[in-house]
Amino acid sequence: MNQKIFDNNWLVESGDEKDVVLISRIRLARNLKNHHFPNKASIVEKEEIIEQLQNNLSFLESENFHFFKMEEFSALERDVLQEKNLISKCHSENIEGKALILNNKLHLSTMINEEDHLRIQVFGSGLDFSTIWQVADQFDDQIESEVEYAFSNKWGYLTSCPTNVGTALRASVMCHLPALVLSERINEVLGAVGKFGLTVRGVSGEGSGSAGELFQISNQITLGYTEKEIIDNLKSIILQIIREERRSRLYLVNKNYDKLKDNVLRSLGILKYAHRLKENEALNFLSKVKFGLDSGLIEEDINKNIFSELIFKIRTAHLQLNNYNSQEELDIKRAELIRNSL
Amino acid sequence: MLCDNCQENDAIVHLTRIINGKKEEIHLCEDCAKKSNKFKLDSFNNISFQSMLSAILNENDSSDSSFMNNNLNNNNCNSCGLNYSEFTKSGEFGCADCYLEFEDELETLFKRIHGNKRHTGKKPANIEAEKEFQAEIDHLKAEMESAVEDERFEDAAEIRDEIHEIKKSMEEDIDESKNI
Ligand SMILES: [Zn+2]
Ligand SMILES: [Zn+2]
Repeated sequence: MNQKIFDNNWLVESGDEKDVVLISRIRLARNLKNHHFPNKASIVEKEEIIEQLQNNLSFLESENFHFFKMEEFSALERDVLQEKNLISKCHSENIEGKALILNNKLHLSTMINEEDHLRIQVFGSGLDFSTIWQVADQFDDQIESEVEYAFSNKWGYLTSCPTNVGTALRASVMCHLPALVLSERINEVLGAVGKFGLTVRGVSGEGSGSAGELFQISNQITLGYTEKEIIDNLKSIILQIIREERRSRLYLVNKNYDKLKDNVLRSLGILKYAHRLKENEALNFLSKVKFGLDSGLIEEDINKNIFSELIFKIRTAHLQLNNYNSQEELDIKRAELIRNSL
Repeated sequence: MLCDNCQENDAIVHLTRIINGKKEEIHLCEDCAKKSNKFKLDSFNNISFQSMLSAILNENDSSDSSFMNNNLNNNNCNSCGLNYSEFTKSGEFGCADCYLEFEDELETLFKRIHGNKRHTGKKPANIEAEKEFQAEIDHLKAEMESAVEDERFEDAAEIRDEIHEIKKSMEEDIDESKNI
């Protein structure tokens, strides 16, 4: 495929509350009437579903959209798509009978025959649910006007997993919460969100554990509330978390000014001069530098968007696109890429 | 085996966690295990309904087992062949018709997962909502009458409330179409 499309990075666009919220995301699950869900569909039926969508969705002919069978991608390209969150891990494995719709800007993707027939995802920079809901809603309308969905008056959109039934909407944000982690208030603040029907998980880089003090918060309940109610509820809790994070930043900077300034500047120093950097290491130092920039601890004239610009590029598959292969070579190229961006 | 997190030290802690229904094994060294404990990420993950789903489904199976199992739906879905006990193991429906086949069991299940049992959000424009609503109301009315006949007045009151809810969402639909 044309690898130029991978260069697009909507995340560098400015967005609301971006000192804390990096990414907003909306996902809608949809299934076609009169077909088995993917877990019960044969490869032949899955191919029929792909063909039916390809033939019926007239908007796919517009040059804004691209339709791919997953087999068209190399393993490396699938890893890149996964690092960009455009496909899930599951969608990049056992690729027979699976397909993908992408828009030009790469902020809309639709996985075909993942857990459901259609998984529509729209991303936005910063806290931005009004725009991305509109995009997802309209895209859904476009599909709905050409195919018949599995829908019940009583239970809404029918999904393969009962946790998605109803609106089949999952709204989520990726938050950067370094001050809540540093002040060890993270459990207290995030622990409370479960009471509001939301879940939290640490965002991990390679391997496991949370990297870069990034957390993903999303709604769990999909049945019995309207899309607007679900999004408004999530948004109101996120705004509380943003307030707590900012409050902790102020408090920490006032209380431990010299210690923190030393810490973020050392991180900056490492990024500026390191010869080799592992993925998680790079993410953690970049997180510190972002914190330093957002809280005014780093006064040097550095691109404030550095974190958003590099968060995809420094990942392993993205680097491999340029033919760097051994672990050692990758770590060296990663360090070089970061050095040159500072 | 090396630690998944730092890739430097030997892994001594081996964890299995379930995220979004998928099993994931994690191997950590002592340092990284301590750090991940500090953030107690696993306690957040536990909140996830998705990971609790199989627990809910299987609890449904084992608690009051004599009572539940006798009443458990033994039918297979006409379209995909799935039966309810397979569903409780996989946590996945095989097709839209499974929802009809397991209807009686699902009310309780959805109530447990979502705290609700009725959709109030977006509807496809081409759905013939009114007809379906009316059919549902007719069905419930008949059920209510037979409940009254059997002097199951609590059941009858519950069904009456449900009919009321359906009528309400019918009116909301009409309001919405006026707006457009
Ligand atoms: Zn380790
Ligand atoms: Zn079925």
